[in-house]
Amino acid sequence: MYAIREAVAAFRRAPILTALSAGMVGLALYVVGLFSLATYNLQIALAAIEERVEIVVYIRDNTRQSEIDLFLTEIMDFQEVSSTKLISKMDALERAQRDLPEFGQLFLDSEVNPLPQSIEIALHPGNRTPEAIAKVVKAAQGYTFVEDALYGEEWVDRLFALRRVGLATTTAAGAALAMVAALIIGAALRIAVFARREEIYVMRLVGARNGFIRSPFLLEGALAGLTGGILALGLTYGSYRGVSTYMLDVAWIPFSWVGIGLTAGLLFGTISSAVAIHRHLKKV
Amino acid sequence: MIKLTRVSKEYPHRGYALRDVSLRVNKGEFAFLTGHSGSGKSTTMRLIHMSDRPSSGEINVDGYSSDHITQRDLWKVRRLVGMVFQDFRLLPGRTALENVAFALEVTGTPRKAIPARANLLLAQVGFAPKKDALVEQLSGGERQRVAIARALANEPDILLADEPTGNLDDQATSEILDLFWDINAKGMAVLMATHDLELVGRHPNARIIELDQGRLVSDSNIMQAGTH
Ligand SMILES: Nc1ncnc2c1ncn2[C@@H]1O[C@H](COP(=O)(O)OP(=O)(O)O)[C@@H](O)[C@H]1O
Ligand SMILES: [Mg+2]
Repeated sequence: MYAIREAVAAFRRAPILTALSAGMVGLALYVVGLFSLATYNLQIALAAIEERVEIVVYIRDNTRQSEIDLFLTEIMDFQEVSSTKLISKMDALERAQRDLPEFGQLFLDSEVNPLPQSIEIALHPGNRTPEAIAKVVKAAQGYTFVEDALYGEEWVDRLFALRRVGLATTTAAGAALAMVAALIIGAALRIAVFARREEIYVMRLVGARNGFIRSPFLLEGALAGLTGGILALGLTYGSYRGVSTYMLDVAWIPFSWVGIGLTAGLLFGTISSAVAIHRHLKKV
Repeated sequence: MIKLTRVSKEYPHRGYALRDVSLRVNKGEFAFLTGHSGSGKSTTMRLIHMSDRPSSGEINVDGYSSDHITQRDLWKVRRLVGMVFQDFRLLPGRTALENVAFALEVTGTPRKAIPARANLLLAQVGFAPKKDALVEQLSGGERQRVAIARALANEPDILLADEPTGNLDDQATSEILDLFWDINAKGMAVLMATHDLELVGRHPNARIIELDQGRLVSDSNIMQAGTH
């Protein structure tokens, strides 16, 4: 009760200071919000590309069906593998006709079908990593009737590098900017504590409890953090609307990310004000 | 009630402010703490209020020992020990009543009970008529009364007054001393620091404790005890 009244009174006494710190925190968290938006959309894009990660094994002509069947069961024993699909020479030809109509007739006219039969191996979502791919490819190449085993080596590697970089960048930027936000709140709270040093002095003189002295400042810090968080959320949402309306279709970050962001703002506000007031109470 | 046992206080680079002081202040006593400027009077009071810690020795206030008390329990001592100063230390921009009410509010007095209690405290120090005046508009003597009312807010067992009349004229000084005797008559101990020996001489019923360069050099209580 007292804490709430005092926190409101503090805002009345120094509205510019409070608004400024909430605004600065809002800007810092806004950048975090933009990074989150970018990372989330990058993740979606990567996931879509990832679904297409597969291994294609080309089989020599004249391979016996029993050998192919054995291969199919053996390759399914790898826990990374989710499914296999046999593409016969005929299937390959039909596909070629569909995808490349101008050559289709040429193929049909010829006596021999030049296309090999192949097996498409799909991996489980969690296992589309360069390591898992390499493992399966190596196993496939061990069979004598396998002509070649291919996957988009280069772009798979790049994909994963990109994902790692994206995640690392967001984490680092998020951490750094969250620190900045905490420092801003801490500085504002130190000013607020300084502005109220006479009251704090009298409180201690007459025997107010520590928690009682602290609580309005903690509340003020929490409010500044939360207000900054909400501000950042608004700005991020505005940017999201702007981008998806005028530039490209992007997805809004999940609700849980928003929750984490607001909670972080609240926590940073409270913690940094706790540090500020703790320092002051130790000094006096 | 208040017991100092072999208390010393050393400030970094300044040497000893107090040296091996042992002292007892009993319930309902009226005592002057005298000595030249720099003899350690204010330091003694801060140690009793536990706003400072001794370098060695122990201070005990109603069973709370400086050896064992934790930071979070200090408020208990502060409510047992009221304190006033030469420079009043009231909150500017607030009225007399608001200053007293603030002390009540921050020590957890129920909100509804505060106005009546603050008015009563001001009446006790003879200040009721000017209660709504800002402290800046009050004379020194009036401000000290408000500060005393504030110090009494939690009904302490002892009132510590550190040179309370240092900024006051003779008239106001004797009025404040009358007030202290009134308060003392109701059972509260009063320990007043002053270097004004003439003032001390006007109150022969009070105990006189003298400090010199941080040492306790005389105590009228002990001397009286010796003559009995
Ligand atoms: N906070 C402090 N830091 C350093 N020295 C101090 C401090 N407070 C008091 N002193 C020193 O301790 C001695 C006693 O001071 P004080 O207790 O204020 O004496 P008095 O109140 O009798 O004038 C003085 O020499 C003073 O300079
Ligand atoms: Mg002094």
